[in-house]
Amino acid sequence: MLESTHPLADTAARFVWWLPTLPLIGFLINGALSVYASAKLGPADPSSDHGHEAHGHSANAHHQPHAADAGHDGHDTPIRHRFAAIASVVGPGVMVVAFGLALATFFAMRGVEMHSPYVNTLFSWLPVGALQVDAALQLDGLSMVMVLVITGIGMLIHLFSVGYMQDDPGYPRYFAYLNLFVFFMLLLVLGANYVVTFVGWEGVGLCSYLLIGFWFSEQANADAGKKAFIVNRIGDFGFMVAMFMLFAHLGTLDYTTIAAKADQLPAGGIVVTAICLFLFLGCAGKSAQIPLFVWLPDAMAGPTPVSALIHAATMVTAGVFLVARSSMLFSIAPVASLTVALVGAVTALFAATIGLKQWDIKKVLAYSTVSQLGYMFIGVGVGAYTAGVFHLVTHAFFKALLFLGSGSVIYAMHRAYHATHHHGDDAQDMRNMGGLKKYMPATWALMWIATLAIAGVPPFSGFFSKDEILGAAFARAHGSTLADATLLGLPGSTVLYIVWVLGLASALLTAIYMTRMMLYTFHGPNRTGAANTPHLAEAPWIMTGPLVVLGVLSLVGGWLNLPAVITDLMPIGPSGTLEHWLEPVVGEATARVAGTGTHLSASTEEVLIGFAVAIAIAGIVIAKMRLKPEVLVSKSASLPSNGIQRVLEHKWFVDEAYDATLVKPTYAISKSVLWTGIDVGLIDTLLVNGSAALTRFLGWMGGQLQSGRVGTYAWMLVLGALLLLRAFARAS
Amino acid sequence: MHGMLSSMNYNGWILTTLLLLPVLGAVMLSVQAAGSGQADDATKMSSARRTALLFFTAEAVISLGLWWSIDYGTADWQATVTVPWIPQWGIFYRIGVDGIAVLLILLTTLLMPLTVLGSWTSIRQKPHAFYALLLVLTTGMLGVFMALDLALFYVFWELMLIPMYLIIGIWGGQRRLYASLKFFLFTMLGSLLMLVAILYIGLKTVDPLGRPVFAYDWILQSASYPGTASLWLFGAFFVAFAVKVPMWPFHTWLPDAHVEAPTAGSVVLASIMLKMGTFGFIRFALPMFPDAVNHPVVRSSVIVLAVIGIVYGALVSMVQPDFKKLVAYSSVSHLGFVMLGIFALTTQSLQGALMVNINHGISTGALFLLIGMLYERRHSRMIADFGGIAKVMPVFAVLLTIVALSSIGVPGTNGFVGEFLVLIGAFTTEPVAAVIATTVVVFAAVYMLWALQRIIYNPLSKPENAALKDLNWREIGLLLPLIAAIFWLGLYPAPILNRTHAVATRIIERVHGMSDATSAGVVRP
Amino acid sequence: MLAESLTLSAALFTIGVIGVLTRRNAIIVFMCVELMLNAVNLSFVALSRLYGATGQVFVIFVMTVAAAEAAVGLAIIISIFRHKKSVNLQDINILRG
Repeated sequence: MLESTHPLADTAARFVWWLPTLPLIGFLINGALSVYASAKLGPADPSSDHGHEAHGHSANAHHQPHAADAGHDGHDTPIRHRFAAIASVVGPGVMVVAFGLALATFFAMRGVEMHSPYVNTLFSWLPVGALQVDAALQLDGLSMVMVLVITGIGMLIHLFSVGYMQDDPGYPRYFAYLNLFVFFMLLLVLGANYVVTFVGWEGVGLCSYLLIGFWFSEQANADAGKKAFIVNRIGDFGFMVAMFMLFAHLGTLDYTTIAAKADQLPAGGIVVTAICLFLFLGCAGKSAQIPLFVWLPDAMAGPTPVSALIHAATMVTAGVFLVARSSMLFSIAPVASLTVALVGAVTALFAATIGLKQWDIKKVLAYSTVSQLGYMFIGVGVGAYTAGVFHLVTHAFFKALLFLGSGSVIYAMHRAYHATHHHGDDAQDMRNMGGLKKYMPATWALMWIATLAIAGVPPFSGFFSKDEILGAAFARAHGSTLADATLLGLPGSTVLYIVWVLGLASALLTAIYMTRMMLYTFHGPNRTGAANTPHLAEAPWIMTGPLVVLGVLSLVGGWLNLPAVITDLMPIGPSGTLEHWLEPVVGEATARVAGTGTHLSASTEEVLIGFAVAIAIAGIVIAKMRLKPEVLVSKSASLPSNGIQRVLEHKWFVDEAYDATLVKPTYAISKSVLWTGIDVGLIDTLLVNGSAALTRFLGWMGGQLQSGRVGTYAWMLVLGALLLLRAFARAS
Repeated sequence: MHGMLSSMNYNGWILTTLLLLPVLGAVMLSVQAAGSGQADDATKMSSARRTALLFFTAEAVISLGLWWSIDYGTADWQATVTVPWIPQWGIFYRIGVDGIAVLLILLTTLLMPLTVLGSWTSIRQKPHAFYALLLVLTTGMLGVFMALDLALFYVFWELMLIPMYLIIGIWGGQRRLYASLKFFLFTMLGSLLMLVAILYIGLKTVDPLGRPVFAYDWILQSASYPGTASLWLFGAFFVAFAVKVPMWPFHTWLPDAHVEAPTAGSVVLASIMLKMGTFGFIRFALPMFPDAVNHPVVRSSVIVLAVIGIVYGALVSMVQPDFKKLVAYSSVSHLGFVMLGIFALTTQSLQGALMVNINHGISTGALFLLIGMLYERRHSRMIADFGGIAKVMPVFAVLLTIVALSSIGVPGTNGFVGEFLVLIGAFTTEPVAAVIATTVVVFAAVYMLWALQRIIYNPLSKPENAALKDLNWREIGLLLPLIAAIFWLGLYPAPILNRTHAVATRIIERVHGMSDATSAGVVRP
Repeated sequence: MLAESLTLSAALFTIGVIGVLTRRNAIIVFMCVELMLNAVNLSFVALSRLYGATGQVFVIFVMTVAAAEAAVGLAIIISIFRHKKSVNLQDINILRG
């Protein structure tokens, strides 16, 4: 549909390009501030390497500068503070405006009947013959949902950061990166073709790299950032190949055209399956699925609000978004869809097992994120695109809350340690916490809401979304196109039942490890140490405020998409709101996958729901009964674990395995075979220097003839003459 | 703009002026050098660099008009000049440009002033000679892009070689003699084969008076070679250009030459001279020998070599302890992309190859300038000698990060546009090669980010680095145009793409069309 | 008559060649070269009976060149002798490459 005749053309939607532009402006201002500050005023803290912050956390960076530059710093402090003040206004400010614009666009969209997405073409980006890629943004139900999540939760996390990062010397730089991230994330979800999405896709990876390595002076942080970027690039390889295949077979990369032309590809054929699998490789990288999940736990080296925004709520869900965006392709590639669901399910369980044994509070949440992302992939994999997106949204609420809550806890721990000059201990290790409920009641209550939500206890938001995914996996096992396909020799229906069982199992584990985290952090006796305890306190309102908002959302988020079976029983609200909203985008694809007879009867559905609730509650009860926070000792006093515990604590040794089988051999081969072997040895020594040596040898041979003895020359002359004579004689 | 330029008859004089101005500058510098015999080194240095900068800036300014004065809708030659040189042998001073050549000419003229600024304080020995050679080199390089006569082309081709040999050999590092000799021999080897081929072609194509013909257009129209002659001729040109590109396995002169050359030498070598090889393929090897290019064995061999270069360059970059060598090997990888793009024979990949050419000039040039700045401060290029210098050199760190990201093709920067177009185009004709080449997005991230981390991130543990001074305004100023170009070409490459489209289409059509017409025994895959 | 002259010429030439190849003394080698030249002169003169006077003209040329050569050659030998105190060809190898 032409841009100007689209029903959204005269509404706030025509300013859609302002959505990414606003955070970009924020980035430019904050970035300029940051560069100016460090170039003009010198490094804020050149002699300190944040070495005392064992996990790169800097909430306590408001200690006195080192004596060496105290005078220098004292002189610059007012300017620094003014810069910080500007950054605090600009950074969150652009987010508030962007969220307002997103809301206005949302209401505009609600007011019109949309049959096709609103595409806002800015300029022609890559015009090369048959390949025409525009810099264009696309508004439809799906991108709107994502925009609301990104700007909304992004705004809250920006506000939280004002408190959390207030004393960090790199304050403007932090907001610059965070704004840049939002810019790329919005580009990712708003792109009207794969290439624009890819720009955002790599851009968020870049910001993630920069933010994980925010405290770059510590090698572990810089390593983690690099690892994230490189693993993501493995995924990007898949994304790129998928784009090449799409162009080669459909001649375009625009979403609308591809959706219309997808039928030209033979359904279930090798081409569309390969495209989807390559796309999924990209998703596995970005969304930390097996085998590319290894970067996400390390990414916790970044500041905690970053973990909340990028590594929980938005960026890591980009893979789910992409599958939903490509639903027209996935819906005709059942094998690829089954793969997505199976990988998601295995990842969900695998990460949950690791989550059981982590001591670092952020690592628990990191593995929980990997696990929940696996859930989302089950949803989009079984063709329940709405369910996947629904879980994406609710997960954004409760996981952001959990991360920010853990941020508050770490902040409190750091302040306590700092007040007592107690820098040796790990502020993120749960063995050093315990009993924090008494000191941080609000955080405690809010985090319990989130825990119940993620565990899937009704009526919290996670219950509805998780249940919808599991229900869909169960339902698709009969009559759908997936059930009729085969994956690795297994019939699709078997695969789907396996997926369902794995999903249930990880639901149980989720409930256990989350309860464990809450018990060890907030309940039982306090293990922080008597000296530190009096300094533990709730964080300031700028940090607690966003937590409250997220708490409310985690509580009521389920109302976005109530299942009919519940609204039929008790009229608590409209059913399937999100489903109706996304219907123009994924409706056709969902229907195609669902095929015939996949609607479960109400009674089956009720049984399934009951089952899921029972499992969630069982998990909580098991954890409560088996775990004893009372017997836990602080980190420095605990013994190393063994057996399966040790394997889980070391994350199944996956990192070590990758290192030994992929990283080290590649390096060794490059170094000793390719460089010193082929380059220096074969080409330079043998061929280049060899040909030089050959030339020199031939020259030496010739030189030998020039003995300098006239007698020899005369002999040769005569012999030559005789030979010539003989030749002439022969010829005549 | 166009009207104003044509009222000045801009196209009539611009090319010749661009060729003569640097020679004039070189003469001026020689006169200056003779006149300043007694002056101290500092005076000599400042007078030499000022004169050089003046000439290079003038050159850059007058060349800008080419952006508007050329009609990019057509693939015909423009701004042509024809003057007899040795007419008895059919050799003419015949120059002209098309959309591709103009961009490379502009890249050259705009980059050269920056190399002078980059050498501002580092060239203290015989400064007049250095800048004079740089100016002569410029004439040689521009001539290669302009020549429409094969004999003239060869003259310019060789003209580039000598100044560069001297620049490396006199102002280079520790092993400069080894490096300069290697550079000279490698390049000479290929050039001589090309000379033989050019002579064969010239003598084979005769005009009505029986004189040899070296005019490019004439040769294109009339040439057809018997039997396997086309393959042999292509082979001769191939070796000459492949050494220059450099394609694997002809690349080993490059790391040595790059590492030993002074900053300006490395920049010119990477940014412009390496483009001669790929330009040669596009301008000469492809249109003149379509049969050979379409020959399945030839084509697949070239593509295999290109892909090996792409992957190999990236892997070997990864293990380099010397940052300059790392960048040198990454050039092997980038230029492999160009070759893949050219020989995949699609409009997208060919235009992508042209983009990679320009991008590589910008990004690698900027990288070498940055390394030079670091080297001036610390007298080391070893990655292990650095670490954490983002703390003391924040501006340097920001700029290095941007340039490194552009070099590994992060979207939004120029690097992505070129690589993406090459790969997406190559995938339609050579899917396997394209997929293998795509894996390099991973390796590129590994080598570049790892080096970046070890240089600007990590703890600032070495005391020598704690006192490093951040970039000064001259250095920032000379890098800013390159940074601007990185984003401009990354975000809005359409002006470049539109300017090369007509030529690229014509070349592709010619290569495909010829083989269809004379498809006896030649099968197009 | 012609046959005898040519036979003598060939014999003289061969003696000259053997002398050049076997003797070590530069003066003797030089004399042998002269012998070879004169052998050629003899065959020129003999053959001029058959082919006209051109051969005799050539002989004049050869004799002139031989005289010039003798002057230069002897001068070189003398200067070598001054330098090396020897005219033995074995000792003279400054041409060695």
